[in-house]
Amino acid sequence: MSILVNNDISVLVQGITGKEGTFHAQKMIDYGTHIVAGVTPGKGGDWVLDGKIPVFDSVKAAIEATGAEASVIFVPADHAADAIFEAVDAKLKTIFCVTEGIPMQDMMRIKRYMQTSESQLIGPNSPGLLSPGKVKLGIIPGEIALPGNIGVISRSGTLTYEIVNELSKAGAGISTCIGIGGDPILGTGFPEILELFEADPETEKILIVGEIGGKFEENAVRYISQHNTKPVYAYIVGKSAPEGRRMGHAGAIIEKRAGSAAYKIDLIKNAGIRLASSIEEIPALLLKS
Amino acid sequence: MRIQEYQSKRIFSHYGIPIPKGRVAINAIIADHIYEELKPDVVIKAQVLTSGRGKAGGIRLAKSAEQVEEISNSILGLTIKGMPVKKLLVEEAIKIDQEYFIAILTDKDAGVPTLMASKYGGMDIEDAVRENSSAMYSLSIDPLAGLLEFQVRSAALAVELPKQLWDEFANIVMALWKLYEENDADSVEINPLVTSEGDKLIALDAKVNIDDNAIYRHPDLSEYFDLEEEDRMEYQAKKYGLSYVKLEGNIGCMVNGAGLAMATLDLLSDQGGKPANFLDIGGGANSEKVSSGLKILMQDERVKVIMINIFGGITRCDEVAKGLLSVFKDSDNKIPVVIRLAGTNAAQGLEMLMNSGLIVAENIVEAASLCVKISKEKAK
Repeated sequence: MSILVNNDISVLVQGITGKEGTFHAQKMIDYGTHIVAGVTPGKGGDWVLDGKIPVFDSVKAAIEATGAEASVIFVPADHAADAIFEAVDAKLKTIFCVTEGIPMQDMMRIKRYMQTSESQLIGPNSPGLLSPGKVKLGIIPGEIALPGNIGVISRSGTLTYEIVNELSKAGAGISTCIGIGGDPILGTGFPEILELFEADPETEKILIVGEIGGKFEENAVRYISQHNTKPVYAYIVGKSAPEGRRMGHAGAIIEKRAGSAAYKIDLIKNAGIRLASSIEEIPALLLKS
Repeated sequence: MRIQEYQSKRIFSHYGIPIPKGRVAINAIIADHIYEELKPDVVIKAQVLTSGRGKAGGIRLAKSAEQVEEISNSILGLTIKGMPVKKLLVEEAIKIDQEYFIAILTDKDAGVPTLMASKYGGMDIEDAVRENSSAMYSLSIDPLAGLLEFQVRSAALAVELPKQLWDEFANIVMALWKLYEENDADSVEINPLVTSEGDKLIALDAKVNIDDNAIYRHPDLSEYFDLEEEDRMEYQAKKYGLSYVKLEGNIGCMVNGAGLAMATLDLLSDQGGKPANFLDIGGGANSEKVSSGLKILMQDERVKVIMINIFGGITRCDEVAKGLLSVFKDSDNKIPVVIRLAGTNAAQGLEMLMNSGLIVAENIVEAASLCVKISKEKAK
C-alpha cells in the first residue's frame, strides 16, 4: 500500500477545468486512481473528461455528493491559497498542492489555520505522490517507475523523475515516491514523511533528495538520527549554485551558510547517512547495501 | 525582490517612519546641490543592493563642498561585491546617541513572521550576534493575530530602550509590521534605528525585500524594482517566464525543472566544466518558451557549447523539438548543441531533430561529458 493514502482513496481535483487540471486528472484516471469529482467555482453542474467526472462549485458540495477524502490542487497561484483554505475547511484528510509560487504570507496563514485541523497539506509546488502499480495523485509520470521497496522523498519534480528512471533502469523499484515541494514554506517537511516510511511495511530503504535553501534537510537529518531504523540514503543538488540567487524554485536560495549544499552534505555525512555524489551513483549505492 | 535604500525610505516615509532628509544624486554636481540644501554636514551613501557597504567605503561623512565632490566621485567609482555604484543617497548627518537593530523577517522553516531587535545596531551587528546569541532578541508573530502591542513593549524592554521613547518606538515598529503585511514583504529591516538628541528615533537605513511569489499583486511597487541592476539576459528571460541566473562559465544550459537544472550544473562542474548559466524553462513549456530560451543562450558571447537536458513529464519533448527547430531554421548557428531528451514523447522529439545538426546524447552523463570536452577544445 502507498503511504499517506489508501490505494482506492476517492480523490477530487480542484481546478479540474483548467488545462493542467484536465490533462493530469485524465493521467491519474489512466493510472487507476479513483478520481470522483472536480471543483471549479462557477462551473458546477458541468461534466468533464468524456462526461465521466462531475464538476462542483465547492469542495463541500463535491464531498457531499461523492465522499471524496483527498484533493489535488491545480488552481493558478493567485487563487491557490483560497483553494487550500477551502479544502482544509471541508476537512479533507490529504491535500496535494501542485501549484507553485503561493505568496509566503498566505502560506503562513494557511499553516496557522491548519494547526486546529486534521488535514495534511503536501506542497505547494509538489509533483504529488506515486506508488507504482497502485495509486498516483499529482503529476509524476507513472510509466517510469517500477514497484519495489525504496521510499523516495524529494523537493523537486523532474529531478525525481530522472532518479526514479535511473533506479528503474537498474531494476530497483519504488514503494512510494513523494515530492514535498519546491516553495520556501511547505505544508509537510521531510520528518513527517520519514515517519510514515519508517512505519510502512513495504518500504525497506529510504532515499531523500534535497537541494539548497532552507532547513528542510537539517530537520530530516535530526529526525533520522533520532528515529529511523531503516537505511537512509541522500542526494543533494546545488553544489555549484552561487549565494543569494534564486535557482528556479522559490525555496532554492542560499541566504546563509546553513542553506548551502556543502553545509547540508556535511550534516548528512556526519550523521552517517549514505550520500550519492551524482545521479548515476544512486542506483548502485542503493542496490549494493 | 530587494529594493534600494532610497526607495525603501520612500516607502518608510509613506508609513510614517521617520527618516533623515535627503535625495538621490547620480553625479558629484547634483550631490553638491543637495549638500547646499542640507549643510553643514551630509552623509553620502552608495546605492547598491548588497550588505557591507559601510565596510567597503560606500558610506562616508562630508563636511564641505570640496569633500562632497571628492567623496561622491570616489564612491561612484566603487564596485561593491560585484555591483558598480551608479547612484548616491545624500542625507543630512544625524547626531547618533545609540544604535538599535529592528527587523521583521519571515521564518520559512517555522512558517511565521519574526520580530528581531538588538541594542547592538550598526555595522557590527553580525559580529555581536556571533559572539553572543542573546544580543539578538526575537519573537514569533502569529500570522493570523498580527504583531501585538505587548510584543513590541517586550522588544523595547529587551533592547533597554529609555521609557520616554516607548511610544515612539511602538509607532515605528507597528508601522514596520503594517508595511511588511500590506506589501507582502519577505523582510523589512532598520539597521540602525538611532536615538538622536535624547528624544528622537530615526531610521538611518532601510531595507525592504518583497516576496517574489507575491509581486504580481503589488503593481504599485513595480517602479521600485531597479531593472538597471539586473542583467540584460536575466531581464529578458523573466519577460518570457523563464528562470535564468547568470554564472561565470562558458557552457550554456537549458533544462526543465529547477532541481534537474541544479543537478545538471553540478554534473558539469564535477566533470571540470563551467556552466555559463542556470536556465529552467519550467513545467509544461511550449515551443515559444523553448525558442526564447535557446535564443538567450545563443546571444551570450561567452557560450562555447549548449547543453539541453529535458526530462518530459508535463513538458512534451516534441514541443521542445518544435521550439528548437524554429530557431535553427532562421539562424546561422555556429555553436554546437548537445541534446538529451527523455520522458513524454521523447522518441517523436528525437525523430524531429534527426537532420538538424544537433548532437544527441543517450543520457545526462554522456551529454555533460560531451559538453565539457567541446567547451575545453573551443576555449583553447
